[in-house]
Amino acid sequence: MAILQVTDVNKNFGGLRALHEVNLDVEEGAVHAIIGPNGAGKSTLLNCFVGLLTPDTGSVMFNNTSLLGIKPHEINQAGVVRVFQTPQIFEDLTLLENVMIPAFAKSDGAFRINAWQRMRQRTEIRDEAEHILEDVGLIDQRDVICSSLSRGDKRRLELGMCLIQHPKLLLLDEPTAGMSRADTNSTIDLLKKIGERGITKIVIEHDMHVVFSLATRISVLAQGTIIAEGKPDDIKGNPKVQEAYLGGAEI
Amino acid sequence: MDAILLQVLNGLDKGGAYALIALGLTLIFGTLGIVNFAHGALFMIGAFCAVSFNKLLTFSIKVKDESITFFDAYKEVPYLEVWWGDTGKAIIDYSVPLSILIAIPVMLLVGIIMERGLIRHFYKRTHADQILVTFGLAIVLQEIIKHFFGANPIPQSAPEIVAGSAAIGTWLGLSDNLVYPWWRLIYLGFSLSVIAAVFAFLQLTTFGMVVRAGMHDRETVGLLGINIERRFTIVFGLAAVVSGLAGVMYTPILPPDYHIGMEFLVLSFVVVVVGGMGSLGGAVSAGFLLGILQSFASMNEIKSLIPGIDQIIIYLVAVVILLVRPRGLMGRKGVME
Amino acid sequence: MSKKDLSVEYSTILIFALAILTMPIWLSPIGAGYPDLLQKFVIYGIFAVGFNILFGLTGYLSFGHAAFLGIGSYATVWSFKLLGMNVIPAVIFSIILAGSFAALIGYITLRRSGIYFSILTLAFAQMCYNLAYSVLTPITNGETGLRVLKTDPRIFDHLFGRGQVDGPLLTDLFGIHMTGYPGFYFCAILLIITYYIAMRIKRSPFGMMLKAIKSNQTRMNYTGFNTRPYLQTAFIISGMYAGLAGSLLAITDPLAGAERMQWTASGEVVLMTILGGVGTSLGPVLGAGLIKYFENIFSSYNDNTLHAALSFMPDWLNDVLTIIISPFVGSGWHLTLGALFMIIIIFLPGGIMEGMGRIIQIFKPNKPGGSTKTASQG
Repeated sequence: MAILQVTDVNKNFGGLRALHEVNLDVEEGAVHAIIGPNGAGKSTLLNCFVGLLTPDTGSVMFNNTSLLGIKPHEINQAGVVRVFQTPQIFEDLTLLENVMIPAFAKSDGAFRINAWQRMRQRTEIRDEAEHILEDVGLIDQRDVICSSLSRGDKRRLELGMCLIQHPKLLLLDEPTAGMSRADTNSTIDLLKKIGERGITKIVIEHDMHVVFSLATRISVLAQGTIIAEGKPDDIKGNPKVQEAYLGGAEI
Repeated sequence: MDAILLQVLNGLDKGGAYALIALGLTLIFGTLGIVNFAHGALFMIGAFCAVSFNKLLTFSIKVKDESITFFDAYKEVPYLEVWWGDTGKAIIDYSVPLSILIAIPVMLLVGIIMERGLIRHFYKRTHADQILVTFGLAIVLQEIIKHFFGANPIPQSAPEIVAGSAAIGTWLGLSDNLVYPWWRLIYLGFSLSVIAAVFAFLQLTTFGMVVRAGMHDRETVGLLGINIERRFTIVFGLAAVVSGLAGVMYTPILPPDYHIGMEFLVLSFVVVVVGGMGSLGGAVSAGFLLGILQSFASMNEIKSLIPGIDQIIIYLVAVVILLVRPRGLMGRKGVME
Repeated sequence: MSKKDLSVEYSTILIFALAILTMPIWLSPIGAGYPDLLQKFVIYGIFAVGFNILFGLTGYLSFGHAAFLGIGSYATVWSFKLLGMNVIPAVIFSIILAGSFAALIGYITLRRSGIYFSILTLAFAQMCYNLAYSVLTPITNGETGLRVLKTDPRIFDHLFGRGQVDGPLLTDLFGIHMTGYPGFYFCAILLIITYYIAMRIKRSPFGMMLKAIKSNQTRMNYTGFNTRPYLQTAFIISGMYAGLAGSLLAITDPLAGAERMQWTASGEVVLMTILGGVGTSLGPVLGAGLIKYFENIFSSYNDNTLHAALSFMPDWLNDVLTIIISPFVGSGWHLTLGALFMIIIIFLPGGIMEGMGRIIQIFKPNKPGGSTKTASQG
């Protein structure tokens, strides 16, 4: 059954039609890529899932509860976690702290006064955080302040921060944008490794290399509507998709 | 009816001062992105321009008082009167409006020095740092003034010809008892014309166009190859002149002392917040609006109903507006969220 | 590892406690070893430590904390007037009252962040100040200030047969008068306790959440935290600290005036925190001590004493220096304060603690500096 159900979503900015009658079903365990040319409405759609934007009409259901009209932290607590296009991390804190904080959100909830507790009493969280840092390959820098990290490392750290929450649905907004080929490949490997954990993922991506290495299902968005949806192989040969990209240039 | 009109008028001239300071604050904030806690100090410096100009004009010499014949009496007579007689007297009488001529270059200079010497280095620092450094500057400026002029208010008088009151009631066909001080009317007109001049400058000149564009999107303007930095200096100087002039003309209404600036600053910040950060129109209209509200709240009828309301009305309104419309009356989405 | 951490924590607080309690000894060589001044050091230390919980950890710059200081003072004097001169109910009453005001003001002001928050808190503090001066005169006694009178009810004093006092009314803790050294030690013990609490808060998961809010509030929301209650709690805690400080001010000198709530007082605590080092544990206490020490020294000079102090110099230099320095001393202390404010922000935004860190770095040539910054346990 579908873990995320998007039904008839419309969104207009002034006179501009950003999304028009978008329908999307994301199956549990799938890696669902949303592709499309610039300005197709990909990011707008993603923003509708995390409470940044509210669609004019339509519904977004996650595990049969609506994601509309609730606050970002409630969406996160429901199990939908987002990786941003520009890495959003806690720049003044250490890597370890960066990963521990999301773990606290998972174990202690949206708000809890634990002002008299010592950090080290939470060894379970610390161990888990170190484990995740190992997974994303940043364990050597665990006590480094994040602002000195490279952009690629920041992205991997953010991914680690999202993974420690064991999300049911992970939203990735162009996870390889602005990365070198080598960085891109290592990110793909990392994402594949996560894939083995069975987390449902929605990926927004420009880079077709990334899309076809990862996705199990692809939706193509153009001018605010979904023009095609299917398995990667079906999409590759779809003439409508090729037309949407620069009037038929090779993908 | 009379009472209401009188309160509106009362509020308008105070509102004029708020509007002028808030206008400068918004200009600086919108273009330079600087939160200037020293803006009230600029108002105060303006006021003390008038004070020192008056002091300068009334430099006196001791002369023998001829009217007293039975012993040698001396009185102080300003040099100007000694030299130019009645002309000198007239100049002294008009010292407040004349000090505008002094205040414009002085304030421009103060503004430029401030921007070049201090503010410039804080463009990239956090808002907290900006607030704190300008706060420190405000204290320094007001303490310097206190050192030279003392802690007591120094009354200034308006020219004698406008010392009386205008019979507004008679003009409008209302009660003859409705009178209003001429100077306050002049202040209202003055602040309106300064506001109009600033808006005209921003709307009609290319310089103003760049400034307005900068308020919308600073980065893009910078990318267009326009030397935005130099314009910042001028904008800051302009804002300093505007609030300085507000200070000059306010001296006959409220005798200035060294902490007059801070009192106006806190209120002007509230005005800016109510009007909507980054909106010039919002700053002006909120300035007048809050001025009028304050003067209504200080009516005896209302004070007896809700004691102390005159002291806190502005803050209360600000709180309510921020709760209902977090961006202020005319704030745009995305501006300094 | 864990045991070592714990012993570090205990030894830190032990050293801190020793340093504070022996202040009368080691501060006397520099002329600060008398109780009135020592009391100020520790009281403003508490104020700054509390302010740092809000500003240092969350980054929310409040310009209205003096309001809570004033509320604490008024509450204490009223407690003296109504209940008696015992300080325990006074302190408790003050903390509760300041905390509830902080809850109310925080509820409104924390809807906004950044400069809006600063301006709103400033506006609220001005509002409290204006009210204390005007309408609330029956409660605050306006310009004269509120003080305890012999005719006041002082219920418990009369109940325990201590209603009639011959000399001046003195605050007491079960018979020990809270003036002079006993007063200092009372305040000092409270400072040590509150310092320990602040340290624990900073090192707790809750404290880490506050630091994370300062670092990136958007990420915090998307990480599943509701940041408002965190901020609200921090605001209330720091308001309670300010209330306690205000209460102690009134305990050591039972008089509460509205000028304690003025914006300059709010600015002063900001300066103390920044001078010492924002976000560090020890910094605010250091900053508070330094500011109050210099205030005391600078205010005590006037032109004549200044002239005398500089008499070892040639006459002409003495005259010139006197002219230059005289605006900064005596009643011109605020000028020094403002100038200090600017200098610190411009040259040493991290405060003394950062400055000391830099000096230590210089003398540690082996340690690799530069791009890789590691976390310090400040």
